[in-house]
Amino acid sequence: MLSRTAAHLYWIGRYMERAEFATRLIEATIRLAALGDHEESEQAWRSALSVVGAAQSFRATGESFSPANVRRYLTLATENPGSVRSCLATARDNARAARTALTVECWEAINRAWLIIRDRTKPGGVQQSLNLMDSLKAEIRGFEGALNRMLRSEGAWFMQLGAAIERGDNTARLLDVKYYLLLPPGQEVGGALDRDQWSTLLQIVSAKTAYRHLYSGPLKPWRVAEFLIFRNEMPRSLAASAGETVDLLSDFANRFGRQGPADRLARKRLDRIAALRITHIVQEGLHEWLHAYIRDNAALDQAIARQFRFA
Amino acid sequence: MAKKRAFDELWGDSGDRTPRPDFESVAAWLSDLSAAELLRRQQAAEAAFRSLGITFAVYGDEEAAERIIPFDIIPRVFSAREWANLSAGLEQRVRAINLFIDDVYGARKILADKVIPADIVLGNSQYCIPVAGARPPHGVYAHICGIDLVRTGPDDFFVLEDNARTPSGVSYMLENREAMLRLCPELFDALPVEPVDSYPELLRETLQSVSPGRGDACCVLLTPGHFNSAFYEHSFLADNMGIELVEGSDLEVDDDQVWMRTIHGRLKVDVIYRRIDDAFLDPLVFRPDSALGVPGLMAAYLAGNVTIVNAPGTGIADDKAIYSYMPEIVRYYTGEEPKLPNVETFRCREPGALQYTLDNLEQLVVKLVDGSGGYGMLVGPTASKQEIEDFRAALKAEPQRYIAQPTLALSTVPTFTDSGLAPRHVDFRPFVLTGSEGVTIVPGGLTRVALREGSLVVNSSQGGGTKDSFVLAAEDAVPSPGGAG
Repeated sequence: MLSRTAAHLYWIGRYMERAEFATRLIEATIRLAALGDHEESEQAWRSALSVVGAAQSFRATGESFSPANVRRYLTLATENPGSVRSCLATARDNARAARTALTVECWEAINRAWLIIRDRTKPGGVQQSLNLMDSLKAEIRGFEGALNRMLRSEGAWFMQLGAAIERGDNTARLLDVKYYLLLPPGQEVGGALDRDQWSTLLQIVSAKTAYRHLYSGPLKPWRVAEFLIFRNEMPRSLAASAGETVDLLSDFANRFGRQGPADRLARKRLDRIAALRITHIVQEGLHEWLHAYIRDNAALDQAIARQFRFA
Repeated sequence: MAKKRAFDELWGDSGDRTPRPDFESVAAWLSDLSAAELLRRQQAAEAAFRSLGITFAVYGDEEAAERIIPFDIIPRVFSAREWANLSAGLEQRVRAINLFIDDVYGARKILADKVIPADIVLGNSQYCIPVAGARPPHGVYAHICGIDLVRTGPDDFFVLEDNARTPSGVSYMLENREAMLRLCPELFDALPVEPVDSYPELLRETLQSVSPGRGDACCVLLTPGHFNSAFYEHSFLADNMGIELVEGSDLEVDDDQVWMRTIHGRLKVDVIYRRIDDAFLDPLVFRPDSALGVPGLMAAYLAGNVTIVNAPGTGIADDKAIYSYMPEIVRYYTGEEPKLPNVETFRCREPGALQYTLDNLEQLVVKLVDGSGGYGMLVGPTASKQEIEDFRAALKAEPQRYIAQPTLALSTVPTFTDSGLAPRHVDFRPFVLTGSEGVTIVPGGLTRVALREGSLVVNSSQGGGTKDSFVLAAEDAVPSPGGAG
């Protein structure tokens, strides 16, 4: 496979995952905002901007801060590279360029998702937004389905690798924002707002029921953190993403008989997580730990690009 | 012109009530379909094409960056006899084209024998000086030709253009057939339609056959990238041939050898089916600002280490000034009378022809000798006074850049329009392959249709559409897998 094609596929994986994450974030934020008063609603949208690292770029647009404007910015803004629309546009551009490496089903799912959002200029009311997110999620699931049914070839492999790297990054950012941007000083931990925030967070990673299966009793911040960092049963946890990355890389190495720096970095990262407990992370500072994780993930991304000559 | 009704390929000159012999079953099919059913199928075809992403981009048209070419579900049909005559003519013409190119970059006998003026070849902007003297494997230059044909009567076919550089449109031949099989399966029960789906395989065999080395050749398709208007076709063909679709940046030349960069390291490349123009192939030899090509590619080609399909320099054979000499060229190399005539052509470089052209602009089609895609063209009968005067001035300033042809009453085929079935003008582009073993033609091609009433311009960039082109198998013959000549 051409290195350039591999790079396109890898980025399809990343951007489709990012698009899905963004749709869940918008959906969950709409719910959270509906639960609170005016101030809490604004707070919810502010945090949504922070999760995808778009707070500054939104301010730079000069638009007034309002839930509707942020919703539009996160959904449709072409000037926001992380908006759902931009993610799907980038995924589709990459898919067009790597068309021959995709199955018809994969391509059609990406293309249909793009066609749904292409001509939207306004997100409409809240209900329209929710409907849009629903139809987009259906197409993105269609893409994942098509990916899983694809020949176990290099093509599917690079998309899955991209998705695994992206998933870890998204979960880490989500957790980070929850802890250090969302807890308003003076707000009683475990209060009503807090509980809503936590259920929202679980909704974003579609794990509300999963949490209930694994933990009994009320929602506890540290348990949610442990859940999203360590539990392998949870596909969007950091441990699961790191494990999937290692599995994918060694699967590839086994098939082609060569390993590289990316394999070693990925294994080291997984070993580090396996040796840790949530109490260590709390002592060290969750924020610092999550930032280190995001940096490691970026370094791994770079190592993958070098190993397969993406540039 | 256009006073007399044009020849209709289904109804002949009968008005529209008696189909031509051989085409009764097509007419019966058409009359059995209700208008509502036609509309339903037409819309289903459009939805299918869009969801597959079969689109093309029009240069300079941001809004319509990705349009689908309108597809008309009423096929254009050739009888077995018509096709046999056509393919014999095409085979002869393409054989002559390859011999001509081989000659003008080699011994130049045709110039020495004064069959055509030397300056029209050697002074031509399409004459590629860097390849003079370099002979590609098996002496094949134009491996793929998309010969544009027009028709004015039952047996009156004319060659309009010899597209010998990088002809496009073959993916429509294949996708249109897929759409027809899905939407009108009953037609294939009623008619013995020759299949076209062997084209990618035949193309791949053609590429393999002209490899410079022995054994399994590594073939690639070189595209300018996914912003190119024909990118869909590039990816479609690469996919169906099972070869890599590469961009210039995927290739590198080292010691006159071409390599492609893969995730497992570099791989030697033997045959490049390029879909970029000569000018962009190699910035070291041609346009230095081109980022689409591969530095050093021409050196590898001249060293005989890689085959480029079509070979650099084939543009000399589809220059419109050379075109006017094609009957002489066919006679010279084959010793036969041309089976497919040219459209009568006035070379404006000749004073008499220029005068005639200037006197009759309202009746003529005037073209740039090196233009394509329907750009830089005057269609006299439909042009405004201003357009005609603009062309008059341009002709006087640089007559050598133009040729003129009579406006032909292009044949029509019934087409689905907003106001029901109506005749629309068509042309035809079959795809002629030449490998080490000779010429192969898949029984079919691309029929383009001018969807606007009365319009003669079929180019997709100018509002044209496409139709499937059926070739009927000879009665009591088993449909062949494709091939002629």
